[in-house]
Amino acid sequence: MSTYAKKQGFGATLWDFMTTVDHKKIAILYLISGGLFFILGGLEAMFIRIQLAVPDNNFMSAGVFNEMITMHGTTMIFLAAMPILLGIMNAVMPLQIGARDVAFPFLNSLGFWMFFFGGVMLNLSWFLGGAPDAGWTSYASLSIHSQGHGVDFYVLGLQISGFGTLIAGINFLVTIINMRTPGMTYMRMPMFTWTTFVVSALILFAFPPLTVGLTLMLFDRMFGANFFDAAAGGNTIIWEHLFWIFGHPEVYILILPAFGIFSEILATFSRKRLFGYSSMVFATVLIGFLGFMVWAHHMFTVGLGPIANAIFAVATMAIAVPTGIKIFNWIFTMWGGSVRFTVPMLYAVSFIPSFTMGGVTGIMLAAAPADYQYHDSYFVVAHFHYVIVGGVVLGILAGITYYWPKIFGTMLNETLGKFTFWLFLIGFHLTFFIQHFLGLWGMPRRVFTYLPGQGWDISNLVSTIGAMFMAVGVIILLINIIITSVKNVRVGNDPWGDGRTLEWAIPSPPPFYNFKQLPLARGLDAYWIEKMEGKKEMTPAEPLGDIHMPNGSIIPICITFGLFVASFGALYNMDADKPWTIPVIIIGLLITFGSMLIRSIKDDHGFHIHKEDLMDDKDKEVKA
Amino acid sequence: MTNQQSNSANPNLNLEYRRKQNAEEMKHQVITFTMMIFFTLIAFAMVAMESISRWFIIPVILLLAAIQVIFQLYYFMHMKHKGHETIALFIYSGLTVGLITVLVFLTIVWL
Repeated sequence: MSTYAKKQGFGATLWDFMTTVDHKKIAILYLISGGLFFILGGLEAMFIRIQLAVPDNNFMSAGVFNEMITMHGTTMIFLAAMPILLGIMNAVMPLQIGARDVAFPFLNSLGFWMFFFGGVMLNLSWFLGGAPDAGWTSYASLSIHSQGHGVDFYVLGLQISGFGTLIAGINFLVTIINMRTPGMTYMRMPMFTWTTFVVSALILFAFPPLTVGLTLMLFDRMFGANFFDAAAGGNTIIWEHLFWIFGHPEVYILILPAFGIFSEILATFSRKRLFGYSSMVFATVLIGFLGFMVWAHHMFTVGLGPIANAIFAVATMAIAVPTGIKIFNWIFTMWGGSVRFTVPMLYAVSFIPSFTMGGVTGIMLAAAPADYQYHDSYFVVAHFHYVIVGGVVLGILAGITYYWPKIFGTMLNETLGKFTFWLFLIGFHLTFFIQHFLGLWGMPRRVFTYLPGQGWDISNLVSTIGAMFMAVGVIILLINIIITSVKNVRVGNDPWGDGRTLEWAIPSPPPFYNFKQLPLARGLDAYWIEKMEGKKEMTPAEPLGDIHMPNGSIIPICITFGLFVASFGALYNMDADKPWTIPVIIIGLLITFGSMLIRSIKDDHGFHIHKEDLMDDKDKEVKA
Repeated sequence: MTNQQSNSANPNLNLEYRRKQNAEEMKHQVITFTMMIFFTLIAFAMVAMESISRWFIIPVILLLAAIQVIFQLYYFMHMKHKGHETIALFIYSGLTVGLITVLVFLTIVWL
């Protein structure tokens, strides 16, 4: 295996990406497919806003509207935000801790393909008799009575992509615990690595409840079980609990990586170390813990009783404390720094007030008695879009811009980036700020239209115009990406000039083995320390030697494809007139278990890059 | 130190010390093993004696079971040794999350 780059045909590149186990290439796969799903979810959002732009609109029917809002929520959370963040984690985290890859490269690939096929399956529902229509929360009392196969697509699609996320989470945990470079103690890990670590732990603990909930739902819908059917002795509230035991940590799974990205960006472009690093770590871990003790605040109006409501209300408000610590630390990081307003920094600076506004409405909603007023109104819609768009999506856009050179080796255009930023930011506030008031004026969420003359007409139009701004911003980002890729101007190791962490010490994009010699981390912001001592590169922690690398494999795709096929069989099996479903299930499972068997019995020891191939002129000079 | 591999090729390095450690370890394991058997006997005996209230027996058996799990983890699976902090953190976090869920289901969902 030689280390020099060579031109490949399209087919060879495709095969390379289908079989890759390299964390950097899997990151690109996550980013591309997450980006596609982000555009799908965005289109659905545009359709929703067009329908609601004017009163009594008939752009789409009530049924299609329900499918739109369900798929918008599900797509954006599970198929866009989370995969894009997992992509950035994959691209950056191993570099930040000085590792040559994640701990289980094969599983990394398997996790990606699970997510991908789950997402494709979910979206195929549009063409196969209707998408799920019970909301992204899919409350059981609604979803077990939903006609058609929409909810079955939801259950099976999320089950498969949920396995993928769980695999990714476990993989990152093992990587961070075991594969840190010499000198990289826990308290020297960059903030983004810390958030990846906490998020992976949240994934580990939060996804099993979702798996259980989805399995019970599957039994209810396909085999006539009655877990959630109150008339038959079940309890529909159990689904709500299981969903939110998963669902609340899920929103922290989304926001914590964004916090990590912003922490890196704010430190880099303020040219200062992150203010209060250890309190940031503490706050991140605390948010992770508290995230599991607050889920019932999504269920205040269910009737859990005043004691339960009070406990969960207080626990929820407690989360404001660690979050407040973070907000102040970010502000103090900028304080007195020599701040440079690049595009990522613009996102980071605007994130602080935008997210804080979402946090404040969060505290309002956490007050259980007041929640009875806000419940099921546009106030809630405004709140969670402020935290998710104002926090996660700004974080994703910032992270993509910031790490673009490290992932692809080119710089996105700053001017176009600023257009995207301003259009998106203005559009975002225009869309969602007014929705707080729409909620307070009594507009319920999840309605497909409304009558004129209730004082909602102008505000809804304003909201829709804001959504158009965001869409234009995203289109400019796409144009920017295309222009940058076509121009293909290569950049060096540290294109932003102020990189602090290990990933900026190696070429962009990094060679497939990442580090020729593992670097020695001598403190927090390891690369910055070397720079301040006038050095150009990291001190190696090991002599130059052979590097053991894993082989690529097509088996992950085969395993997942089998599940994908079997799911279609399972989906239609409940229809009496479809006898072909049994063989489809069997064929699918045979593909899956056959691939797993091949993986188990065929030894794959990987390969070595030899020391002689790694040596360049400089190394030889040192030796002579 | 007993859980750490020696880097030395010399099998006699720290032999005395390691022997003493192993003897100590063995003693702990025998003691905990005896106690676990004893706890099991208590559990069976309590159930066999019909005079004791079931509201006493069930919590006591659960308590004994919990102690046995702790013995198992700490003395037989070496969690008391150094280098198991991360594992302990994750076990206890998982337990916390799981038990809160069970507690909530017991208090506000099923009862």
